[in-house]
Amino acid sequence: MGDLFENYDIIGAFWVTIQLSVLGAVGALVIGTIVAVMRVSPVGVLRILGAGYVNIFRNTPLTLLMFFSVAGMAFILGLTLSENLSTNAYRWAVIALSVYHAGFVAEALRSGVNTIPAGQAEAARAIGLTFGQSMREVLLPQAFRGAIAPLGSTLIALIKNTTVAAVILGTTKPEAAGMLQVVTENEGASLATFGLFAIGFVVLTLPIGVLFTRLSQKMAVKR
Amino acid sequence: MSNLLFDAPGPKARMRHRILTVLGLALAAVIAWLVLAKMKDAGQLDGALWKPFVTDGELWREYLLAGLINTLKAAALSVVFAAIFGIVFGMGRLSSNLVIRFVSGVVVEFFRSVPVLLMMIFLFFGYFGPQEFPSASTSSLAAVVLALTLYNGSVIAELVRSGVFSLPKGQREAGLSVGLSESSTLRTVLLPQALTAMLPALISQFVVILKDTALGVQITYPDLLNTASQIGSRYSNTVPAYVVIGLIFVLLNYLLTLVASRVEKKIRSKGMTAGAVLTTAPNLVQGDANPGEPTVHGMERVGGRISDLTQRTRFEDD
Repeated sequence: MGDLFENYDIIGAFWVTIQLSVLGAVGALVIGTIVAVMRVSPVGVLRILGAGYVNIFRNTPLTLLMFFSVAGMAFILGLTLSENLSTNAYRWAVIALSVYHAGFVAEALRSGVNTIPAGQAEAARAIGLTFGQSMREVLLPQAFRGAIAPLGSTLIALIKNTTVAAVILGTTKPEAAGMLQVVTENEGASLATFGLFAIGFVVLTLPIGVLFTRLSQKMAVKR
Repeated sequence: MSNLLFDAPGPKARMRHRILTVLGLALAAVIAWLVLAKMKDAGQLDGALWKPFVTDGELWREYLLAGLINTLKAAALSVVFAAIFGIVFGMGRLSSNLVIRFVSGVVVEFFRSVPVLLMMIFLFFGYFGPQEFPSASTSSLAAVVLALTLYNGSVIAELVRSGVFSLPKGQREAGLSVGLSESSTLRTVLLPQALTAMLPALISQFVVILKDTALGVQITYPDLLNTASQIGSRYSNTVPAYVVIGLIFVLLNYLLTLVASRVEKKIRSKGMTAGAVLTTAPNLVQGDANPGEPTVHGMERVGGRISDLTQRTRFEDD
């Protein structure tokens, strides 16, 4: 097992996984928030655009987005993000992760809005709060609290889905799944190796699960 | 256009909404124009590239339909095995035997937190591929199905568990009080209702499985997505091939989602279960404060029973 770490940069592979997760999460949060706002807006056209985004990207396999980004966008449409092939694939992987998970983030935020009983909005208006005040003081705090748990599961799904980047990253700078493939092909199958990689993901996702569960319980709105 | 967050608009707000409508349409038009202009520059709008999809029956027979059948085959096998796996381990997690409960819990939690692709790669490159198990041509299918079964089976096990938990306490008590044993109460009273309640969620899970079969590309499974590169090299139209395949996936999954919500409405309106109808798989992160309470999206407990908030808010199905 010691040799494994010497011969293969497993730590480096997990570092790529972490980088993809963080960058993808930031991108997904930004795009997802915009889509969520469009989806709950009072303007019909914006709602349709938001719903269209969610329905298209949530129903497309992430693998397809990854392939399309490199084979379609970069090679044929010429939208390369870097001269270096591996850097180009890496950047497109981040974009594909962001675009794909933004749909899930938008739905998580919207489900947060859905947890608010209508009486809350009505009460806010009844005591004379303006639109801005009722948003700031009454509705948005409750919406964000209700969205914590689904956002947590989206983040965990995103960390696991960074492995899909293996289909375009190649073996020069692989993330965890690509590295497992290299190791398995060279060294043969070993449950210990698989266990090592699996535990790597448990270590990455378990604390986040615990943290978000705690947070959502602590922040839960008593009703 | 009123909904939960917004008051009925007055004249000023209506004006603002009109401006936003125009801006939204402009935004959509600009994006569409950018995409089309970029594709035109790269020569991807040539009719010749798209024509085979309309005129060439061979393209559909040899590639798209063959790939789609492989995708559906892998997905169907996975969903059947995953349902069996899920019911077995879901019941295991509800068992009164501590050891069975613990082992089932570890198995379910482990396979839920390991990425599917990691399992696929390990199974194929480690065992099925080199040993040509069960045969040289089906080794990739076996790896796809087994990996999808382990992951989705664990998700379904959680569904079974939360389905049973969402039933009112009286159901179990009634079973016990008419003299059924603990396990026959589970089998004959609780499980049938829980399975009915989780039917919509099971259909939604089929969408997840269908999308994840595309991961088989990495282990050379000839699924629908895999045909994109074949079509691309045969007809030299990679971009149109991806677009068409993407559309097939979106259409198929969207239809499945519609079926799921139909089934959900039917179960709800006919009162086919005493508990809550589950529409999505339970989260890895549990949202409710009470232990043992299932996370049910878009629903909350009101006065002891679960009411669907999405039915009241008007921006659900637009």
